[in-house]
Amino acid sequence: MLRVDSLDVAYGEIRALKGVGLEVGRGEIVTILGNNGAGKTTTLKTISGLLRPLRGTITLEADPLVGVPPHEIVRRGVAHVPEGRRIFNRLTVRENLMMGAYRRTDGGIAADLERVFTLFPRLKERRTQVAGTLSGGEQQMLAIARALMANPRLLLLDEPSMGLAPVLVEQIFHAIADINGQGMTILLVEQNAAMALSIAHRGYVLETGSVALAGTAAELSGNADVRRAYLGE
Amino acid sequence: MDYPLLLGIFPQVLLDGIILGFMYALIALGYTMVYGVLEFINFAHSEIFIVGAFVGVEILLSLRSAGVLDTLPWPLVLLFVLVAGMAISGALAVTVERIAYRPLRTAPRLIPLISAIGVSFFLQDLIRLVESIWRNAFNLVYPTMDQLNYRFELTETIDVPVKSLVVIAAALAMLWVLHVIVNRTTIGTAIRAVAEDQAAASLMGIDVNRIISLTFLIGGAMGGAAGVLFGVQYGLINPYSGFIPGLKAFTAAVLGGIGNIPGAMLGGLVLGLLEAFAASYLSLLTAGAFGAEYKDIFAFSILILILIFRPKGLLGEVVRGRA
Repeated sequence: MLRVDSLDVAYGEIRALKGVGLEVGRGEIVTILGNNGAGKTTTLKTISGLLRPLRGTITLEADPLVGVPPHEIVRRGVAHVPEGRRIFNRLTVRENLMMGAYRRTDGGIAADLERVFTLFPRLKERRTQVAGTLSGGEQQMLAIARALMANPRLLLLDEPSMGLAPVLVEQIFHAIADINGQGMTILLVEQNAAMALSIAHRGYVLETGSVALAGTAAELSGNADVRRAYLGE
Repeated sequence: MDYPLLLGIFPQVLLDGIILGFMYALIALGYTMVYGVLEFINFAHSEIFIVGAFVGVEILLSLRSAGVLDTLPWPLVLLFVLVAGMAISGALAVTVERIAYRPLRTAPRLIPLISAIGVSFFLQDLIRLVESIWRNAFNLVYPTMDQLNYRFELTETIDVPVKSLVVIAAALAMLWVLHVIVNRTTIGTAIRAVAEDQAAASLMGIDVNRIISLTFLIGGAMGGAAGVLFGVQYGLINPYSGFIPGLKAFTAAVLGGIGNIPGAMLGGLVLGLLEAFAASYLSLLTAGAFGAEYKDIFAFSILILILIFRPKGLLGEVVRGRA
């Protein structure tokens, strides 16, 4: 579904990505692992159009995405849940969700609203509440739900576990597996490698801006380097 | 002290203050909405406002020289002038953003500010040039419409001209429409989303540049409407008469909490009332020691006091945390 080839991205003088290539197949959860500064967030931001690569190609089902502005990429079916959630604190939960569906003109918005409320019942209880008053876990649910409201083909998730208590991380990952079970293709960036590998089909390991390792979740979980560097053994 | 006099003029002063306050509120919206999305003070807004007044005076003068000003129904004339002023000021604001601010979006913050001040001077002298060529004069007087100057006598000392009621009604209607647009429509929600987080808004599929243009359009249109109402209410305009009301409306926006739309409305009303009461009561209360010319000192001293104790303005954001 998504194909990224020899992607180079720089912030001014600093090279963040060097020749990154990856693929996400329809219906897969693919995870990108790596330390801080390895280029995980940069990769997602480049796919969703927030950053422009120096070189390389990104295609969504043969549709080239490089140079397309972010608001247009959303319309083509890529929804990005950014790092730190970035929900609209001053808007209500419901308004946040409606912003997720901003570009849609089809009649499925009401049905999708019900769908995300079934997935995250807490959001339904709090739909009239201002989003800034939600707890961290609820905010992450809202960020994911808001992205789903765009009815995307591909969901990009950046550090959904960040700053959450372990029990909430479990909940969020359970929801992500659920969403994937309903057929959503997911590219997941995560520091919590154990959690990510537990739900992913395949994964890539980024080191200082390049893909160091790729494989199925089982292969990565069994790899001695991965176990030492990212699984804390 | 002449208490009956003090009490007797109270309703009149209140009315003056409300009119002035609504005028400031309408102008302040342009400053505050633009600040909300760009964190930038559009110093050319005072000229966007006065352009509305000039559009109005030109249409009314043309109608008068065509001899139809007093035969056409006045509400229709006024509505047309208002809409024209809003359209042209709105379009001008959008154009100014496109030409003078957008190319500087990523420049250091002072740069677009300087550009705005430049646009302000440019527009002042452009109006002066155009009017000097066109009418051979740039101090223009709004043509009077008899029906608008009709005064309802409430008591012996208090009468209310129709135009004041019209100004209040028009301002109220516009503030209400704006409130509905911003709070009850998808596009208004998008404006608030862009104001909070542009990158996140673009990830929702919102075209941030279009929302910014729309914000300038709405703010400019409100300013243009205020310009027409200013002309109708006070009569005399020149290319530089936008400056002082603009500055005060900006102050009103800060007073209410810059970036906050209800705050701009409240700040405008508070400043207008302070000014009107200071103008009328200062000399009476101080037995002539301070005349009406001290009204600004008085009004702005209170303003400074409010801001010392509430630096974010009357309705300024308290919760803005990001988890």
